[in-house]
Amino acid sequence: MQIKETPKEYDAIIVGSGAGGGMATKILSEAGMKVALIEAGPFFDPKDPVTQTQMKWPWESPRRGASVNRAFGDFDMSYGDWKVDGEPYTQKDGTNFLWWRSRMLGGRTNHWGRISLRFGPTDFKHKDVDGLGDNWPISYDDVKPYYDRLDKMVGVFGSNEKRYNDPDGFFLPAPKPRLHELYYIKGARKVGVDVIPSRLSILTKKLNNERGVCFYCKQCNRSCNAYADFSSSSVFVIPAVNGTGQVDLYVDSMVRSVTTNDEGKATGVSYINKKDRKEYQLKGKTVVLGASACSTARILLNSKSKQHPNGLGNSTDNVGRYLHDSTGAGRAYFVPALMNRKTDYNEDGVGGMHVYSPWWLDAKKDKLDFPRGYHIEVWGGMGMPSYGFGFDVSSLNKYIGGAIGGYGDKLRKDVKQFFGAVVGMAGRGESIALRDNYCEIDPDVVDQFGIPVLRFHYKWSDYERNQAKHMIDTFDEIGQAMGGIPMGERAGKDKDWGLLNPGQIIHEVGTTRMGNDPKNSVTNKFSQLHDADNVFVVDAGVFTSQADKNCTWTIMALAMRTSDYIVDQLKKQNI
Amino acid sequence: MKRRDSLKTLLVGTVAGATLGSTIGCKTDETTTTEATNVAAETGLYGRTPKEIAHDNKVNTEVYLNEHELTTIAVLCDIILPATADAGAATEAEVPAFIDFIVKDIPSHQLPIRGGLMWLDGEANRRFNKEFIACSDAEQIQIIDDIAYPDDEGKKPLMAPGIKFFNRMRNLTLTGYYTTRMGLDDLGYTGNYANVWDGVPEEVLANHDVDYDPEWLAKCVDQSKRMDIAEWDADGNLLT
Repeated sequence: MQIKETPKEYDAIIVGSGAGGGMATKILSEAGMKVALIEAGPFFDPKDPVTQTQMKWPWESPRRGASVNRAFGDFDMSYGDWKVDGEPYTQKDGTNFLWWRSRMLGGRTNHWGRISLRFGPTDFKHKDVDGLGDNWPISYDDVKPYYDRLDKMVGVFGSNEKRYNDPDGFFLPAPKPRLHELYYIKGARKVGVDVIPSRLSILTKKLNNERGVCFYCKQCNRSCNAYADFSSSSVFVIPAVNGTGQVDLYVDSMVRSVTTNDEGKATGVSYINKKDRKEYQLKGKTVVLGASACSTARILLNSKSKQHPNGLGNSTDNVGRYLHDSTGAGRAYFVPALMNRKTDYNEDGVGGMHVYSPWWLDAKKDKLDFPRGYHIEVWGGMGMPSYGFGFDVSSLNKYIGGAIGGYGDKLRKDVKQFFGAVVGMAGRGESIALRDNYCEIDPDVVDQFGIPVLRFHYKWSDYERNQAKHMIDTFDEIGQAMGGIPMGERAGKDKDWGLLNPGQIIHEVGTTRMGNDPKNSVTNKFSQLHDADNVFVVDAGVFTSQADKNCTWTIMALAMRTSDYIVDQLKKQNI
Repeated sequence: MKRRDSLKTLLVGTVAGATLGSTIGCKTDETTTTEATNVAAETGLYGRTPKEIAHDNKVNTEVYLNEHELTTIAVLCDIILPATADAGAATEAEVPAFIDFIVKDIPSHQLPIRGGLMWLDGEANRRFNKEFIACSDAEQIQIIDDIAYPDDEGKKPLMAPGIKFFNRMRNLTLTGYYTTRMGLDDLGYTGNYANVWDGVPEEVLANHDVDYDPEWLAKCVDQSKRMDIAEWDADGNLLT
């Protein structure tokens, strides 16, 4: 098979069109750079009625939205989930890492929760506080200007709260809490847990003339046809492709490796066109990897050459290492006071929560047996029924001394009286990045394109287990304080206190982490490979540590910073 | 602007921002909402990928449940959710068709449903010497009353398979029913249309021991200014 080369040389070849790749595409193309954007999945536009799921009714799906074809249900806007056909990944040493991949323009940003939290000053220097992990080579002050630009560029609602480690920003106004959220606020305050308006990249107010304003359908996970929430497809990539004339978009194209020359510098990428299953090469002055933390690590590890025998950027064996995901645990409460509630008003609100609890404690002062914090997300309300609605609904009678089971009018009464009477909480916390948690190339397995696949090795430590216990203890306190009764069995020590699998929170970071010392990091403080100065990483791989926050807002702020740096370096002809 | 027009624009247009401004204060009409949504659904799809379309087509050509089984399911569905003064019965909401589809789509339902139906006929034969659907209403209810409630104390060990089966039938019937327009109306569900959320209505707050505190409300969106483009001062205070 002959590899097909294109003679054109791009200023930048960007791999991946999600949060990081989308941002790089926007910044580089607007700066006049000639850009190739390569996406492994198909073209996707949230406003295309053919692919749209937003505002659909449950009966439009014959399975009523069940998760047969999509892990989060028929209406969730992600092509690909824990499994992608023909593209396996493997585990070793009893690991059960769950890896979510969205193969489509915009990647996971089409369905994500839009929770957009800046990291705070402590988050960049947490080793200074507890001696664990490593400090970032940059500080909050380095990133703050980019967070500020990002707030205004993309839009995020929230509130300025003057909290040291949850910095203020340029927020759109928050939506008013829903009924169950008022219960949560009351319960949390009673037990001394802070609650503030949530911070989500959804336009509660007009940001510009290109995008619509939220019309409160609660369906951000279906991707917004009015572009009122942030998806990289609608907000970054499609405007860049249509507007600047600087972007060549390659969809359904699976990058195999970065190509390099005799000096070890990148010359472009090699990719498989999924449609004809042939290999192609593109040439570029720079290569910008935003394929996702693990996919970028995979591409680098598969980019072996005479100059980079251990894989590109991997001369010190750090690519794939320090992989870490947010921790997660959750619990649900039946709230009798919410029974028989009035339903004759639309309480959908925005997609996701209107209020949340940022980390409110201090590991040292509060003498906790785990070092890092977590935030609490709250859910509930009168959701649109889909597959699973009504399952075992009658069993809720056990909490109020009612009869379980039955049929007919009694059953209809059960369905109605319990509708919207459950409130749930989920903790999302920071884990410690460990060198021994990693992804690597499985020497024995290739995907359907002949590309060697990733193999995962990941173990939680007691830091995360103890944190999960604290989460469910706290949920139970808040639950009780808001008049709720815990549902289901409380996970014990044997089940790690309900700690979810690594990967399951879909915040995997750290595989190409930044640092000043090439011996223990892959990229420098500009997300530039130590081993090849014209290769950059704009996804969460560069995170030295994940915070008790979600990673997307920081991915984008750093991608903007790196893109500015690339423009500067190209203009100065330094790379 | 008529609501239907505005929704059409919403669903197919990019100028939704401007359009939405004019929907504030428009009365919500669920009928037109449904019609408007169906404009986008004229492709006959619900946002499927080619692979998903192929999956649905394949499931639709398969046959699992036979006529006798589906007839029995219809009888059970209407015992579980018979018509009321205000709402139709499960069969009117085409719940048996949903169950017919879902057991093919989620094969783990197949054996429990098929075996459970046979258990039911066996029980009817044992008691009344005829299949379940041939039993009188009173006879059917006599069996159902023995399997419609949990038996935590194990007083009816012979009914255990029936209890398990009926629980699954009840679950699928409830899901199949409350995911239809008829079911949503019966439930009183009033979401899934474009609107402007401005907080829990006063009368609802009055029914619950919660309230909005003014300090919090000050951080919330003033919906009369939602169409004014956001501008901030240097400290992040919203000016518009």
